[in-house]
Amino acid sequence: MGSSLIAWIMRAIPFGTIIMYGALGEIVTEKSGNLNLGVPGIMYLGGFAGFASAYYYEKLATNPSAVVCVVIALLCALVASTLGGLIYAFLTITLRANQNVTGLALTTFGMGVANFFGVFVLNGASYTAAPLANKAFAAKLPFVSGLGVLGQVVFSYGFLAYAAIALAIALFWFLNRTRAGLNLRAVGENPATADAAGINVTRYKYLATCAGAAICGVGGLYYVLDYNQGIWATTGQIQALGWLAVALVIFTTWKPLNAIWGAYLFGTLYWLYQFLPSVLGITVSSAMTDLIQMLPYLVTIVVLVVVSLRKKKENQPPASLGIAYFREER
Amino acid sequence: MSGAAENTIKKEPLVRIVKRDGATFPQKVAVRVVAILLALVVDAIFIFGVTGLNPLGVYSVMWGGTFSNPTRFSWAMRDLATLLCIGIALAPAFKMRFWNIGAEGQVLMGGLVTALVMVYFGNSLPAPVLFATMLVASVAAGALWGFIPAWFKAHWNTNETLFTLMMNYVATSIVACMTNIMRGKASSLGTLNKATKAGWFPAIAGQRYTINIIVVIVLTFAVYAYLKYSKHGYEITVVGESENTARYAGINVRRVIIRTMLISGAICGICGFLIVAGKDQTISTTSAGGQGFTAIIVAWLAKFNTFYMALISFLLIFLSRGASEISSVYSLNEYATDIVTGIILFFILGSEFFINFRLIWRGKAPKLTKEGK
Repeated sequence: MGSSLIAWIMRAIPFGTIIMYGALGEIVTEKSGNLNLGVPGIMYLGGFAGFASAYYYEKLATNPSAVVCVVIALLCALVASTLGGLIYAFLTITLRANQNVTGLALTTFGMGVANFFGVFVLNGASYTAAPLANKAFAAKLPFVSGLGVLGQVVFSYGFLAYAAIALAIALFWFLNRTRAGLNLRAVGENPATADAAGINVTRYKYLATCAGAAICGVGGLYYVLDYNQGIWATTGQIQALGWLAVALVIFTTWKPLNAIWGAYLFGTLYWLYQFLPSVLGITVSSAMTDLIQMLPYLVTIVVLVVVSLRKKKENQPPASLGIAYFREER
Repeated sequence: MSGAAENTIKKEPLVRIVKRDGATFPQKVAVRVVAILLALVVDAIFIFGVTGLNPLGVYSVMWGGTFSNPTRFSWAMRDLATLLCIGIALAPAFKMRFWNIGAEGQVLMGGLVTALVMVYFGNSLPAPVLFATMLVASVAAGALWGFIPAWFKAHWNTNETLFTLMMNYVATSIVACMTNIMRGKASSLGTLNKATKAGWFPAIAGQRYTINIIVVIVLTFAVYAYLKYSKHGYEITVVGESENTARYAGINVRRVIIRTMLISGAICGICGFLIVAGKDQTISTTSAGGQGFTAIIVAWLAKFNTFYMALISFLLIFLSRGASEISSVYSLNEYATDIVTGIILFFILGSEFFINFRLIWRGKAPKLTKEGK
């Protein structure tokens, strides 16, 4: 029982890390008033760009180094996902296209780009691997990971898992303690007022959307190069993860710190179907297993309803979320 | 306001954006045609860049994906019927500014109960009763899936975009569970009632999909009339424009929201019925195949006019059929479809800007004062 509990946690935390990146990125984006439903597409772009660059580096370099590999993969993932965010930003901010529809189109596009070019990388095989990149991204902390159970549960993940926690704390500080963060929230709550106060609404929206997309992209990168053991295969899995990240944003009520435990909770719930039976020592039919997998989504719905019911001001979405800003329309 | 601004800033901005009040019909058509042509050019550059093939040759292969022979054409019509049906279902909700992102789930639920009726009553009920049961069950299931988020929206103003999105995955789980039970020890569910063909739409005039197409054509006209000429349709418009106005006018906003979503969900349920009985004769978690999301884009771009929806659906189906034709002829992969579609959608979405707004370049401002009102 104890060992399967540990195995459960060790599955839940990496899973949570993927959607934590997605959710943190989307929080930044939504704080500027942009509801980007393109998160799954952006995670595809980031994940694929990271994988492809690492793969070709490993293949072409005569003596590939792990550090260079990590840097290249991260850079490419950031650039690709930022470009995805830029498409969305240009269409919704400059051209004021509908945000929901643009986001959905971006999801289609990102998934298409990743899987289309993915087939060239696969070159006929059902999957390809970037083992060096995986080793570098999944490297455990050198000494503390050997500390028995504690080492296994807390210290046995790749560096991006800890970076996600640091990022959540940094975002909390940024959004609540810095002028730029307060300005960004003002833009999301009421762009007209922010504009009148001399804040450059367009610039904030662009930066937040692109930065948010870049963070989402790291989630995709983490999925491919760490969680999925550095294996690329044509997949629909990232799409489901992306939507789960969007759900997590609601669950956190737009607060980065909540994303930390929320993401791990989602990870636990997601893997519940596999580990709960063995922890409790019962057997569950495979049909029930399918049913249990709706739990993270049900929890999100409950949170959504509770938040709308309590109407507490600090738990509401940014007031102008989803609405394009046009200065002359006031 | 603009005069004051000109006095304070030294230089006039290079370009200013001004809202356009109601572009004329030819203008709208011209903007959209230009957008699609530009998108095709970008797609051609993409195709050439990746494959080095002559884009014009590729486009002619693409044309063949829909028009090369009657079978291809009937597949295209079948897919068109599915996509359009969901688009039609979404139109009332979107017109009410209710973001029903949950079509995927509503379709799945409709399809699931259709499949259940086929499996458990297929051999005991006479055909007309069986079809009636399937229809009623699918309508009820779809409507229920639309009702749940609508009730919460109407009473507590719960965010419907995210609620309906989550409902998709709840539906997916339920379908996975039920197909798991129905297939028993078999590895997959397979075609339902393969021997008896109970609950299968019959082929009419040699075409398997005739009934699907007829139903969707009827729905196209019915929903167009419902939105444009009925009292309900008017109420939906008012609620969509402004809930407060609707309230002052004595419209029961809660009732309109719930009623409209019942209708929207019900038509999605019918679509599930058409998919299971008329197209796949089976159910799986991918029965809706992402069309629920594509239909959102269709409904939005068509501005809730079901006939425009038919046009846009046709364009998208033509593209996706064409792209899969390209992938088989040039041995590319079918994900080219998603890229080509994505680019076209970006261009059409971006082109809306030039319908709603006007650009005024530096030095052209005096014209504004003449035209301005």
